[in-house]
Amino acid sequence: MSITYLEAIREAQARALAQDPRVFIYGQDVGAFGGAFKATKNLAGEFPGRVLDAPISEDAIIGSAVGAAIGGMRPIVEMQFADFASVGFNQIVNQAATLFWRTQVPCPITVRLPFGGTAGGGPFHSQSVEAIYAHFPGLIVMTPATVEDAYSMLLEAVAIDDPVIFCEHKYLYYHLKADALPTEAVPTGKARIARAGRDMTIVAYSAMVHEAIAAADELAPEGSEIEVVDLRSVKPLDTDTVMASVARTGRLLCVGESWPWGGVTAEVIARVAAEGFGLLDAPPQRLNAKDTPVPYHPNLWTTHRPTARSIAAAARRLLRL
Amino acid sequence: MAPGPALMGEISPFGALYVRAYRGMLLARILDDKFAALYRAGKITGGVFLGRGQEALSVAVGLALRAGDVFAPLIRDAAGRLIFRETVLDAVRTYMGSPLGPMRGRDGNVHRGNPREGYLPMISHLGAMISVVNGMLLAKRFKGEKDVVGAACVGEGATSTGAFHEGLNQAAVENLPLILVVANNQFAYSTPTDRQFACESLVDKAAGYGVTGHRVDGTELDACLKTIATAVERARAGDGPQLVVAELLRLCGHGEHDDAGYIDSGMKKSPLGRDCLKLAEAQLLSQGWADAARLESWRAEAVHEVEAAVAQVQGEAPPNPFTEQWSALSTARLSEGQE
Repeated sequence: MSITYLEAIREAQARALAQDPRVFIYGQDVGAFGGAFKATKNLAGEFPGRVLDAPISEDAIIGSAVGAAIGGMRPIVEMQFADFASVGFNQIVNQAATLFWRTQVPCPITVRLPFGGTAGGGPFHSQSVEAIYAHFPGLIVMTPATVEDAYSMLLEAVAIDDPVIFCEHKYLYYHLKADALPTEAVPTGKARIARAGRDMTIVAYSAMVHEAIAAADELAPEGSEIEVVDLRSVKPLDTDTVMASVARTGRLLCVGESWPWGGVTAEVIARVAAEGFGLLDAPPQRLNAKDTPVPYHPNLWTTHRPTARSIAAAARRLLRL
Repeated sequence: MAPGPALMGEISPFGALYVRAYRGMLLARILDDKFAALYRAGKITGGVFLGRGQEALSVAVGLALRAGDVFAPLIRDAAGRLIFRETVLDAVRTYMGSPLGPMRGRDGNVHRGNPREGYLPMISHLGAMISVVNGMLLAKRFKGEKDVVGAACVGEGATSTGAFHEGLNQAAVENLPLILVVANNQFAYSTPTDRQFACESLVDKAAGYGVTGHRVDGTELDACLKTIATAVERARAGDGPQLVVAELLRLCGHGEHDDAGYIDSGMKKSPLGRDCLKLAEAQLLSQGWADAARLESWRAEAVHEVEAAVAQVQGEAPPNPFTEQWSALSTARLSEGQE
């Protein structure tokens, strides 16, 4: 038997609903229909009255989740696509993210963002938005790259007393499979060495972890051993694990599917440059999507975002520096 | 405080309610005036926002709610806040930034509340609190709490926002016991109503959302008490969201930094521009619910309470940035804030 990344998300929600009566799910088409991606398939039937269809009102969906959390519930809200969370942006960054700081009342909401590119997704169904939420204090931003993390981190997100932006990659929904659900988990805040190596560190998260591993595999026959660090959560960012890896390899390449200006790759490089400059044998590099909206046609899309091939090319350049 | 029987004789239940409401309005007016004075004296950092002219509507909302209900006031709701559950001391502490206040110097002026007690601290984005009230009502529904309602107060400017639309529609879809109170005070900062909406009356919007609409003269305390009570009663009985639109005039600037020179003098002299507090005083006297001496003693009592609170807070230490917990998360191990 195998389980996909998407099924793991569904199973995590089923378990959260089963073990905690305070949990409910709210979002567009999440009820009997089971969600646009079927991440809530059959949950409305299994948990009557606890999986609610919402009107197309991202602002009100998030705002009411905050209210429900104040009222003692632990809502999981699904934004149908991460791109549409922009409509609920105000409630996320100004209502949810400020509540604890202002009032000492925690805001345990989980906002599921199906994010990232897929072929044919185009400008408004492909965005990687983790950095804009990580920018605001008061939010935790998770970016699971594996089936195991999708499951265990979503459960942790629901259990955490703070608002969690849970970035689940749509490309991984069906492409990623594991043999079984995990029985133990690494806590959020700890990065993971996804592939060990000694010649270079590639820091990545979410779908880019797999592109980075493929790039590392491509370079292995050339005699280069590439280490891949999976950040798991971009906020908090596990600077220690990144720094320890760079201390071993002396070279850093950061890869993100999001746009280059600011963002997670810039943050990682800033931290390593500021705190670990002496560890570096070459200038730290990064690879992001191009600074345009995400294109529709697969030919354009695969060039727009980093891929195993472009990561391998960037890694070869960095190895020569 | 109940009026003394020597003066009042047999006071009707409505008379007693009216007296309580008036005293709430009076306390709010005196508190607001004190904030304005402190602002002019440079004792308050940031803005000061008064509810002058809106006390009758505001107090009616606060009075109609009870423990277990939810209240999301806006910037001109000192009266409703005080009568609902806020103390003068907490209001003063928030304006003065005292760490002993509910917001501890982290937020100020009208951004105050106590969410655990159903008293929500507004964010600045208009209409944004409506869906938060909805969520609290949903939580109560999940928990099986019955006979509760939630009230959200906005101005006519907020009716132009997407958040207002989403929030009211959401409440209607879920048939929530929401009372959405719109104080149409004719100006959103400086913008008059003809640049804000194009319908004849904002209450006409109720039909579009499938909710009950009420319209009231916001300068008349008795009308406000009756209309809000009816709306709250209907929401409590399960009739779904109630949209209340009150017509009145803001008798001050948007904030104390604003001289409101854009308000036409004709409008000030119109029935809209009547001062609800003075009208209520006249009503108290004409109904025999109070006499001039009683009004004066209530005023003196309110002034004393406000002055005592201000004196106390002015003696309190300000927030200390060196002992402040610089973490925006309740989960300390995941916080990057201390770096």
